[in-house]
Amino acid sequence: MNAIITVVGTDQVGIIARVSAFLAERNINIEDISQTVLSGNFVMMMMVDLSQAVEGLATVKGDLKTLGDTMGVSISMMHEGVFSAMHRI
Amino acid sequence: MIFTPFEIKETVDMFLRYKLDIRAITLGISLLDCVSSSGEETRRKIRDKMLRLAGPLVQVGRDIEVEYGIPIINKRVSVTPIALVAGASEDRDYTPYAEILDAVAKELGIDFVGGFSALVQKGFTTGDQRLIDSIPRALATTERVCASVNVATTKSGINMDAVRRMGEVIKETAALTANRDGLGCAKLVVFCNAPEDNPFMAGAFHGPGEGESTLNVGVSGPGVVKAALESYRGASFDDLADAIKKTAFKITRMGLLVGQEAAKRLQVPFGILDLSLAPTPEVGDSVARILEEMGLESAGTHGTTAALAMLTDMVKKGGVMASTHVGGLSGAFIPVSEDEGMVAAVRAGSLSLDKLEAMTCVCSVGLDMVAVPGDTSASTLSAILADEMAIGMVNNKTTAVRIIPVPGKKAGDWAEFGGLLGGAPIMPVHRFSSDAFIARGGRIPAPIHSFRN
Repeated sequence: MNAIITVVGTDQVGIIARVSAFLAERNINIEDISQTVLSGNFVMMMMVDLSQAVEGLATVKGDLKTLGDTMGVSISMMHEGVFSAMHRI
Repeated sequence: MIFTPFEIKETVDMFLRYKLDIRAITLGISLLDCVSSSGEETRRKIRDKMLRLAGPLVQVGRDIEVEYGIPIINKRVSVTPIALVAGASEDRDYTPYAEILDAVAKELGIDFVGGFSALVQKGFTTGDQRLIDSIPRALATTERVCASVNVATTKSGINMDAVRRMGEVIKETAALTANRDGLGCAKLVVFCNAPEDNPFMAGAFHGPGEGESTLNVGVSGPGVVKAALESYRGASFDDLADAIKKTAFKITRMGLLVGQEAAKRLQVPFGILDLSLAPTPEVGDSVARILEEMGLESAGTHGTTAALAMLTDMVKKGGVMASTHVGGLSGAFIPVSEDEGMVAAVRAGSLSLDKLEAMTCVCSVGLDMVAVPGDTSASTLSAILADEMAIGMVNNKTTAVRIIPVPGKKAGDWAEFGGLLGGAPIMPVHRFSSDAFIARGGRIPAPIHSFRN
């Protein structure tokens, strides 16, 4: 399945590097990535493919949250289908 | 990126900041094939069928939560009105049916089971009467079972004998749960024009016109609508209406995705999506605060009915465009105890029972989770029911009453029900009697505009 990971918080050195390394360790492929500043916040978005992931979804989600906590940013992961449903007819 | 940053942030914020969730996935199960002349045999069949069909429900819900990142607050089951199922047996007390539903719910981790119900808009069968007589004890001895009685429809009129009886039943139910502020009444709904596919409690049941089993989904999201309206301060109603409609559309699409996925995994047909703005006692999840965001100082003041009318209609319009099958109640709920803003409005003196009644003419349900003094008479409760049923009957809409006469407490006291049910200040009722009116009995005939054949 494809999911969208968002990272929101204060800009700092190494956010993309750490999130990318985290995903690579779990064999999760990044298919698309972009970053911007919205309402004063650093926002990074990644579309990832979890079909070859070496860990279960629940574990990946939990570990992503922990990673976010250590960097002081908020990381969330949601199914791509949710975004398609809301924004594409 | 196939989505813009704005789109992604909007969706993520809906869940993380504005508390959007799927309020319930509700699996409807027909129990008509469980009917037997022996009550014990019927209950054994009910248990077997529920275990078989609803067994995977909780796990399916949890899997979808993890996979999609969408919280599903409740996993529920609705069943065929028990009066129709138990009527063939010799049982006089139907409490054991409620107990078996409760036991299966606990075994499977299901939050609520709806369907301890009877449809008596035109008259009572023996089964209906026995079920209604059993409601107080059934609700006092079970935790997760919800009861409902449909006493009126636009087509049939109002069964005033049932209205009279339900006033008494509400009193008895409160008395049997007096140590919990009359909590039993929070699980009891009296309906006019009850929908057969409603996924929301306490009024859910699997109507006799429904199929073998079906999955309905109830989506909430008052916080999201309020957040959307915050950027429209000072804008005209045209713009405001459009903003509500667009938000409702997006929320509904998300609900449809989850509903269809859950139905597929449970191998049952997807029934309907019910998009109702259902508040919770949490701050940021209130319908009253949406009305206030539209420009009212406090919910209940002049203008509230108009604000609610537009909100309900725009939610329906957005929802209908987004899902092929919209059903249930779809609109806005105005339960007092479950809505932090409504509670504040009652406390501030801006929201009265009479204004709430006016609001029920345009909301999607009715007088909901209203606490009244414990010494309110059965006939006054029946008269409140009659007013609400008349509003539903004449306006071709669902109306419902969930009212709690809190034992030992008086107007201004606080009643606490806990969890999603919240707590509420007790509202005063009129002190003039309706005894002679309710004592008449019989039926109020259906209105002239119901004859459309």
